[in-house]
Amino acid sequence: MLGLLTTSPSGLEQLWFGLITVLWLGYFFLEGFDFGVGILMPFVSKDDLDRRVTINTIGPVWDGNEVWLLTAGGATFAAFPLWYATVFSGFYLALFVILVALIFRGMAFELRHRSSASAAAWWDRAIFWGSALPALLWGVAFADFVHGVPLGANATWTGTFFDLVKPYALVGGLSTLSLFTLHGATYLGLKCDGDVRDRAQRVARWLAPVTFAIVTAFLGWTYLTAHSRHEVGLVPPLLPIAGVAALAAVGWMVRERLEGWAFLGTGLVILAFFTTLMLNLYPNVLVSSVSPSDTLTISATASHRYTLEVMSWVALIFTPLVLLYQGWTYWIFKKRVTRPGATSAPVSTNV
Amino acid sequence: MGTIMGGISTLSLARWHFGITTVFHYLFVPLTIGLGMLVAVLQTAFYRTKDPAYDRMTKFFGKLFLVNFAIGVVTGIVQEFQFGMDWSRYSTFVGNIFGAPLAIEALLAFFMESTFLGVWIFGRGRVSERIHLMSIWLASLGTILSAAFIVAANSWMQHPVGFSIDPVSHQAVMTNFWAVMTNSTFLLAYGHVLFSAFLTGAVFMLAIAAWHLRQGHDLAGFGKAARIAIVATLITAVGTMFLGDSQAKQMEQQQPMKMAAAEALYNSAYGASFSLLTIGDLSGQPIFQVRVPHILSVLATNTWNGKVQGINQLQAEATAKYGAGSYVPVIWVLYWTFRIMVGLGILLFVVGGVGLWLMKRKRLEQSKHFLRFASWMILAPFVANSVGWIFTEIGRQPWVVYGLLKTSDAVTIIAPGYVAASLVGFTSVYTLLAVVEIGLMIRLARVPTPVLSDTEVDALPELIY
Repeated sequence: MLGLLTTSPSGLEQLWFGLITVLWLGYFFLEGFDFGVGILMPFVSKDDLDRRVTINTIGPVWDGNEVWLLTAGGATFAAFPLWYATVFSGFYLALFVILVALIFRGMAFELRHRSSASAAAWWDRAIFWGSALPALLWGVAFADFVHGVPLGANATWTGTFFDLVKPYALVGGLSTLSLFTLHGATYLGLKCDGDVRDRAQRVARWLAPVTFAIVTAFLGWTYLTAHSRHEVGLVPPLLPIAGVAALAAVGWMVRERLEGWAFLGTGLVILAFFTTLMLNLYPNVLVSSVSPSDTLTISATASHRYTLEVMSWVALIFTPLVLLYQGWTYWIFKKRVTRPGATSAPVSTNV
Repeated sequence: MGTIMGGISTLSLARWHFGITTVFHYLFVPLTIGLGMLVAVLQTAFYRTKDPAYDRMTKFFGKLFLVNFAIGVVTGIVQEFQFGMDWSRYSTFVGNIFGAPLAIEALLAFFMESTFLGVWIFGRGRVSERIHLMSIWLASLGTILSAAFIVAANSWMQHPVGFSIDPVSHQAVMTNFWAVMTNSTFLLAYGHVLFSAFLTGAVFMLAIAAWHLRQGHDLAGFGKAARIAIVATLITAVGTMFLGDSQAKQMEQQQPMKMAAAEALYNSAYGASFSLLTIGDLSGQPIFQVRVPHILSVLATNTWNGKVQGINQLQAEATAKYGAGSYVPVIWVLYWTFRIMVGLGILLFVVGGVGLWLMKRKRLEQSKHFLRFASWMILAPFVANSVGWIFTEIGRQPWVVYGLLKTSDAVTIIAPGYVAASLVGFTSVYTLLAVVEIGLMIRLARVPTPVLSDTEVDALPELIY
């Protein structure tokens, strides 16, 4: 008996649901543009030097960005053990693909410039697929959390891999794929100079309306199906609407070449997108498509009070410190990346 | 439940999965910790003395450090995720306690090492020399901190403290975080892990420097690197052995079965002898053995005639306490991993000692035999690290959390096909990575220093990757 009780979450449990949401938001905001840069690399580069310019825009920061994922995973393990155990074992093959993708992608950044030209071409493929697959699969997974997975009594998984790829989840995956790619395009527009910058902006101009269509469809679907599924769900229409509006604004900003604003805009859309999903999930953490009584809730999966208190103190003391020094590195590397020899202009943030 | 496929259970697949991915991950982790600190030492020496030889060595070993770091990072993500994937019942049981150090590790250590390593790689020439030096030290500190939390988590599995069992959910619940972080098992294990990691870095540096000295490359630079490495090898080998010895005594108290199995000691004995070598099987009737009288008692209890408990008595005790079943781990694995680990530790201590003696006699560069031998020693710490962990983890079986949860009750209830696919997948990917990685390491390690800095560092200062 795993204690699947239908009690409402305590303040501390709500706080940790919120903190884990923040960790995922941080991860998708930051690694979102990393993924986008990786996906766009083949399309905005004409030669090897262009590709190196592209990769170097995220060179100093991608690893730190990925730590947000490890922190989100670790925090979920500590604060909601049953949630962690159920999701990670249930999404087994999807997670396997994500892990292999992240392995190849990370190795490629470190190894491609030390490899021969033919090996570098393979590492380039690793960067593209290693970015595109997780960008797609994270959206599928989060859509599944909301619309439900085949979860039987006592958090036992009753379905197969193909129960995870439903139309709603696929649209969710396409949303994150297009959104992260657009986020990467606005990041490249802001962070490099010359041809790569121009090509990235050209991509952003046609990608913005496409993304708008997909994300609007997905958020609309999410909103329309939310209330009928569980009355307690908390979906302020403000957030998805703000997200869609921001996305529309991004479409205009990339045309006007408001680079700083456009990047902020795609970032805000990502935040609104995932906050909508997590609020829709609340007070559950994993919805069962088999029976509502088998849905996992915050309070049924949470750790005991003492663990959450210890973790709260640790988070309170160290999170500001992390934000401070991680922010500082973005400040150090604020210069645009250019081809060697080209004169580099300072970043005009236009904010 | 569909947990058997062609006679292979999800449990054994999941155990191989964990074993292979973890041993592979841990090939790179100690080198990251050890070499990170040594690169920081080299850079500090350059910062203080402005001797360009130290700068060349910093860049040379820094490159090897980075290639190694990357593979440690990407294989580390798998580590955090596979607890949930393959061991979901374990994760549910221990999450209250085991999850906390993992989350804290990411927050305190992983952010620190990855962020400041980014500054170190890309910041040369963009931040001041002082900040650049600080960033390698902070990255090194991050690696040292990360080991603390993961070893604390592992030590809790070896010797659970600061917890109670929830009567409703049957989960282990943390009652005292301080007790978890000051677990006596943790304090010794952390010291042993850290010293052996520094030893790994030192031997790695010594082996490569020795190779270049034999080739006659950059005698000023590699001579300095070799000297630092020799001193570090000697100090850290002593530290590793000293702590390992304390751990053996603690093991006799906390996990006597592990000690008995390591010695293939079937019956309790006073003044037990230590078996140096056994030919035949380990069932208690060996064909040929070399035994040193009393040494096992000294090792386990610090007294000449102390009592060391035997496998048969411990098995009977465990059955009475926990119910029917075998509580004996795989004896031959423990017997041999223990001997290989200890033997290699002593060997590296000797290498450090001989190296120091040659240094004092000012004959290091001329001692071709020593340099050749030292180069081959590069394999020793990696083997010792691997067998050390295999010993610790296999020796805890059948428990995953000692005395609380058996490994067979910890595994995810899932069709074996999933785990088999993942096992085959990760094994193939890791094999590919190993080939690429080792090839690249050998190539980078063989390039003499000045050539390296001309083509790779200075040609494209704007683009690092």
